[in-house]
Amino acid sequence: MRIDFTVNGRPQEADDVWEGESLLYVLRERLGLPGSKNACEQGECGSCTVRLDGVPVCACLVAAGQVQGRDVVTVEGLADFARQRSGGSPEVTGTGSRTGEGGALAPIQQAFLDAGAVQCGFCTPGLLVAADEMLERNPDPTDADIREALSGNLCRCTGYEKIMDAVRLAAARQSEEG
Amino acid sequence: MPTNGVPTKITQGSGTRGGIGESTLRPDGILKVTGEFAYSSDLWHEDMLWGQILRSTVAHAEIVSIDTSQALAVPGVYAVMTYDDLPTGVRHYGLEIQDTPVLAHGKVRHHGEPVAIVAADHPETARRAAARIRVEYRELPVVTDEASALAPDAPLVHEHRDDLLQSQLRSTGGTPTVGHVPHPNVVHRQPIVRGDVTSARERADVIVEGEYTFGMQDQAFLGPESGLAVPEEDGGVHLYIATQWLHSDLRQMAPVLGLPEDKVRMTLAGVGGAFGGREDLSMQIHACLLALRTGRPVKIVYNRFESFFGHVHRHPAKLSYEHGATADGRLTHVKCRIVLDGGAYASASPAVVGNASSLGIGPYVVDDVDIEAIALYTNNPPCGAMRGFGAVQACFAYEAQMDRLAARLGMDPVEFRQLNAMEQGSLLPTGQAVDSPAPVAELLRRVKAMPMPPERQWESSEGADVRRLPGGLSNTTHGEGVVRGVGYAVGIKNVGFSEGFDDYSTARVRMEVVGGEPVATVHTAMAEVGQGGVTVHAQIARTELGVARVTIRPADTRVGSAGSTSASRQTYVTGGAVRHACELVRERVLELGRRRFGSYHPAWASAELLLEGGKVVTDGGEVLAGLADVLGEEAVEVEREWRHRPTEPFDPRTGQGNGHVQYSFAAHRAVVEVDTELGLVKVVELACAQDVGKALNPLSVIGQIQGGTAQGLGMAVMEEIVVDPRTARVRNPSFTDYLIPTILDTPTIPVDMLELADDHAPYGVRGVGEAPTLSSTPAVLAAVRDATGLALDRTPVRPEHLTGTG
Repeated sequence: MRIDFTVNGRPQEADDVWEGESLLYVLRERLGLPGSKNACEQGECGSCTVRLDGVPVCACLVAAGQVQGRDVVTVEGLADFARQRSGGSPEVTGTGSRTGEGGALAPIQQAFLDAGAVQCGFCTPGLLVAADEMLERNPDPTDADIREALSGNLCRCTGYEKIMDAVRLAAARQSEEG
Repeated sequence: MPTNGVPTKITQGSGTRGGIGESTLRPDGILKVTGEFAYSSDLWHEDMLWGQILRSTVAHAEIVSIDTSQALAVPGVYAVMTYDDLPTGVRHYGLEIQDTPVLAHGKVRHHGEPVAIVAADHPETARRAAARIRVEYRELPVVTDEASALAPDAPLVHEHRDDLLQSQLRSTGGTPTVGHVPHPNVVHRQPIVRGDVTSARERADVIVEGEYTFGMQDQAFLGPESGLAVPEEDGGVHLYIATQWLHSDLRQMAPVLGLPEDKVRMTLAGVGGAFGGREDLSMQIHACLLALRTGRPVKIVYNRFESFFGHVHRHPAKLSYEHGATADGRLTHVKCRIVLDGGAYASASPAVVGNASSLGIGPYVVDDVDIEAIALYTNNPPCGAMRGFGAVQACFAYEAQMDRLAARLGMDPVEFRQLNAMEQGSLLPTGQAVDSPAPVAELLRRVKAMPMPPERQWESSEGADVRRLPGGLSNTTHGEGVVRGVGYAVGIKNVGFSEGFDDYSTARVRMEVVGGEPVATVHTAMAEVGQGGVTVHAQIARTELGVARVTIRPADTRVGSAGSTSASRQTYVTGGAVRHACELVRERVLELGRRRFGSYHPAWASAELLLEGGKVVTDGGEVLAGLADVLGEEAVEVEREWRHRPTEPFDPRTGQGNGHVQYSFAAHRAVVEVDTELGLVKVVELACAQDVGKALNPLSVIGQIQGGTAQGLGMAVMEEIVVDPRTARVRNPSFTDYLIPTILDTPTIPVDMLELADDHAPYGVRGVGEAPTLSSTPAVLAAVRDATGLALDRTPVRPEHLTGTG
């Protein structure tokens, strides 16, 4: 089958998609967007978290056919997405949403780097999408709020402490900028 | 966080920003947060095929027949291979004993053993084709524990085992010892005997005996086993792979592929965590075989279900301990026996036995010991390396014993530990002296002194916040039946490969001018698995060479071995190699400077010269020349191997010997709240104090301590691979059924980092990654015992153990 949908603000089409393929497979293997990760492929680890019409979902649990005509944001588009949300215009480059050295990262991406929340980094894309969505809904979260919102995202390296630090840092910076 | 550093002499470059001791940020960090970092499962090649492994559905069986014809008939399938299609006579591999078949031959020995491999143009086609391979099994009785493995009529897991003499020769340095391994179903045995336990026992006023059970833990790294094998024009193959040690993989792969090692190129792809689970080969040979057979690039990516079968696990163990103490709280003796289940293939079992035995009584001074550790061959899943490596299982048991002894003596458990704590100069059971700081009592003091978390934190103005209570969002209690407990534990882990292993690393460092600026390039084969070794290499180069810009080359086999990213060794050993190569580069740069500018200033000949801030300066701070001017068009490059102090094997009968390089110590205090009615545990806080020698990157060091602590928490209350004792089949190979801690399960982990330099190690560093994984588990168990009053002799502890319903 053929699927037309929007990924990170750009229209995309995928041809010859087998009906059993997931959104995750289409993103990773057909559209060249492997940022969303494949740690369990059964909706337990959250490392493939993307926004589907704004809602965080596990891309591995979404059948490719379900995204026809819909809007997907992946970690590759997170910086542009955050910029647009804060009133800026998307950075247009030849390859779409790449964020090069010195280029603008989303605040949550910068906070993960600064706080040391990235080790192997395999959980990071999903956590970034989930944490960004939480801060959009709840700009001043308590620790318990952060833990609840991120409880669907497994991390095996960090013990989560630096991830907590990163989300707190992003929230604090966000409120400073007001 | 509180830190207390004894300053370590920094030889160079304290004036250069981004050097050692700073919390510089990861060089791969931006790629990792933008999704552009290429993990092994992200690789793509034009025309690539997908590989799939068919695995055994039974644990122990003769293979009567394999019929691949239906699989080959599936459109889109390019190759199907079984044992009979292997290209050479070398058809087994292994880290220490080459007992693991590349593909099963005549027999399978564990559930999930690879039987056949398929390459197809779509992963689903490959999966479906593999499912159409017909394998007829004739099931055999299974060996699952010590009783069944050593019974008089026990089936032999390896019926033609021929490594006995070989392993004896290795462990004795050439003298065969009959009976070193008592039975062919015992992979390895290490006794350690020192002093006289029989007479020491008579001095004991209190004797405590305990039997303990440690479940099978999985590394559960998130990045699945994966890689891409690309056939090359010269008949060789290039493998892009997530591993812990490229050169170890290469050494095992090349003979099976029938290629010389220089025709098997290896490049490290992005690694999504490891924790020991990537020490053994997984899909490396299979992908290369299919690529060479089809002439097409082949990618293999395990899914999570397959990953649970695709790597070894932490050895489950049965541990029997007898401790004695005098009435005034001095340990008299320890007798212990540690039985590790190695599963169907040897993997790292012999070295795990060496650790379990030599570290089997923990960081305590005991002159009279009688220790035996063995690893079994069984039909359970193969077990091998996981963070903590043999020391973890023992720590769970000896720390439970220490609490029981303290209780019998009426002593405070921390004070009792401090009274018996090892210190610098103490002897291990192996007779080896600990010749660097061993602040065991101090770490316990520090972790005990940390502020306690407030009681009843779940209470809020709007009632109970269930997220902070046992059971969490399941909303099982609002505080009713919830009891708090506090527990302590401390552990000792060796750093680096032990028992005489030639544990070297190689580094290549180059310095040249790029764009008018001096740039250092560091090239090693070190596997960056998330630990931050690449960050530290850049810091070392900045410190030693005084440059701002450092390029870290991708790890590959075009440079010599960096050893394994295991045993908390990489910052010490490959970091040591990088420093050593930098020192040699510095000498050559200074020689160049003397040749070019020596006549302009007498300091070139007389003073101690440093490279700082892109310049050559005297130790008095006077600038002699810019590095760009000194280097000009020349590039200075050095590749060197570097070794830590040698070790020696343990004596096979007495276990005596200077087997270890360095030790790492951590202590934990766990605070838990237990819903005693439902048996649910909430870990409220898990505080850690650890001596790290010298924190080259404090942010990364604390991240390692917190991550290791969380894995120990998982082992305490949730993580266990459940193997059916009747069939030896794995019951829970998924993240639905094998639980690792979520952010809701993991508490705050305050860290008190002590820095007591080890003068034998580069910059005084001490390996940090593993020690926190040891003491975390027994601290949580001690806290749950404190809360419930139950004995709890197994880990992980499950609700039924707390409610008496299991």
